Amino acid sequence: MTAVLDVRNLETRFSTPDGMVSAVNSISFTLNAGETLGVVGESGSGKTQVFMSVMGLLARNGHCTGEALFQGDNLLTMPKKKLNTIRGSRMAMIFQDPMTSLNPYLSVARQMTEVLIEHKGMSAHDARRHAITMLDRVGIPEAARRIDMYPHEFSGGMRQRVMIAMSLLCSPELLIADEPTTALDVTVQAQILDLLNDLKRDFNTAIVMITHDLGVVAGLCDRVMVMYGGRVAETGSVQDIFYAPRHPYTKGLLQSMPRLDGTAGSSLYAIPGQPPNLQNLPKGCAFHDRCSLRTDRCRDVPPALLDYGNGRMAACHHEEATR
Amino acid sequence: MSADPILKVRDLRVHFEIPGKGLFGKPALLKAVDGVDFDLQAGETLGIVGESGCGKSTLGRAVLQLIEPTAGQVVWLGRDIAGLRSTAMRPLRKSLQIIFQDPLASLNPRMTIGEIIAEPLVTHRRDLSKAEIRQRVQDMMANVGLLPQMINRYPHEFSGGQCQRIGIARAMILEPKLIVCDEPVSALDVSIQAQIVNLLQDLQRKFGLSLLFISHDLSVVRHISHRIMVLYLGKVMEIADRDSIYARPHHPYTRALISAVPIPDPEKERAKERLIISGDLPSPINPPSGCVFRTRCPFAQERCGQEEPKRRQLAPGHELACHFDGPGL
Repeated sequence: MTAVLDVRNLETRFSTPDGMVSAVNSISFTLNAGETLGVVGESGSGKTQVFMSVMGLLARNGHCTGEALFQGDNLLTMPKKKLNTIRGSRMAMIFQDPMTSLNPYLSVARQMTEVLIEHKGMSAHDARRHAITMLDRVGIPEAARRIDMYPHEFSGGMRQRVMIAMSLLCSPELLIADEPTTALDVTVQAQILDLLNDLKRDFNTAIVMITHDLGVVAGLCDRVMVMYGGRVAETGSVQDIFYAPRHPYTKGLLQSMPRLDGTAGSSLYAIPGQPPNLQNLPKGCAFHDRCSLRTDRCRDVPPALLDYGNGRMAACHHEEATR
Repeated sequence: MSADPILKVRDLRVHFEIPGKGLFGKPALLKAVDGVDFDLQAGETLGIVGESGCGKSTLGRAVLQLIEPTAGQVVWLGRDIAGLRSTAMRPLRKSLQIIFQDPLASLNPRMTIGEIIAEPLVTHRRDLSKAEIRQRVQDMMANVGLLPQMINRYPHEFSGGQCQRIGIARAMILEPKLIVCDEPVSALDVSIQAQIVNLLQDLQRKFGLSLLFISHDLSVVRHISHRIMVLYLGKVMEIADRDSIYARPHHPYTRALISAVPIPDPEKERAKERLIISGDLPSPINPPSGCVFRTRCPFAQERCGQEEPKRRQLAPGHELACHFDGPGL
């Protein structure tokens, strides 16, 4: 299998008036063609910033080092002009709130055809026809009429469909979806997840699904990367992560979810304490002060991410004890 | 249910007038809550679920008279409080409290958390001395899992989960009998959400609280509620105790909602049978005729467009507003 995206030792820092914030700390992973990777973590775990770094979309005070190889080319050091030929055409990103990512002043038609005219050199007529086909494909009824509408005339779910259609216009090899269903109702979320599952099958696009919802990951992803405190806690196949988690944080997360297939009413398992402050990460394991297995070593020495083969990795000093 | 319910809501309606288009346009009527009935027992949690725009928050606020109901009754401990003036409501507010979704936005940034938690006591319990108030605040902080020495800190110094604990402490300080919880854990991370859900359950056991738990998250609602009410465009579609509604939901909307919740188990999630409803919630200004759900219902028939289904009892405690007994089951 060929890697679409190969990230090595990515580090992302933000300089703020209160000091340096370490959002991403030495992250490495690969994503193969047609594969769907779920990236799971709490707010502040660095899951979004990994992909903002990869896309060159960091805020001004952000700086990243390391490598992010897209089909062999390093996105982090590439001249902006070259990066712009890749972004939007060969890799695309969709966000949680579609209203803030669409231009409210321009019709959907204008925003969609622009991409095709710019990246593919299509004529306005062909671009419009292609855009209508794509809106149709993502399940927007009466696409030929609705393409001339403005973003505010669509509902939240329909807007997210427009975003997905727009990101797929140039048949990208990589689609990064950052919490695309978090702002939607469950019924609409189910529709969007179905759509992503169809697209995955039909277009062979590699998808990164950034989410805090393990249920979304369970239905859609092939592999999972669990992040905590800007580091990778654990990676593995979706079966590994759900049926044989190795990291105490992953285990805690799975147990703390109230679930429709579990017993109701009893007390939930809650991970004690709060997520770490990225401005002031602990010296050792970022999870140690919330972990029941902690020892002095966890407090002082950051655990290395150990490779167990087949893409299975975990960063815990007590891995043997927890297996 | 044997005992008298502490709260009886009967045919509650909240209608908002929306200005018409242009100078002479006719104003439209938005029926946010349209004929809701339910009872709540002491110590019970009623979960209220539905999509955004179904009227669940408006319902919670109308019960507390934070929004004046257009019609209907809200009987609190045997007395109808619907439409009471604020001076008449004031003594009752001690026992009726609310906690909100956004924990930080609902706390005054210029007050210390000690002042925030004490404020209801200062308003309602003029008989207490400063020292007594401080003692009660510190006791309540300990009850909700905040360190009493944090009493002089400001809200921005706390994380989302801790801010929600402050909001709960403020609601609990007057020892209320009912708390309306309006999406109290939706803005929190999964690991923190579990802490807050457990806290609410502990407080309920300890103080015999009744809760109206409003949420769009059906897994959380199932976990915390004794009974569940499903709302759609301001109307009750189905109401039943937790186990029967999740084991055998009868209304097509309830089934669609439950089957849309992703299960964090790859095999179960990929194998499960789903009832996917298409489209979005229709505009509440111009709701469909007959059954309001019919435009998205896969089992809709001609009758559904002509006649509004009356709520009827399927089994004791299980009520349904559908012409059919669980179509497609």
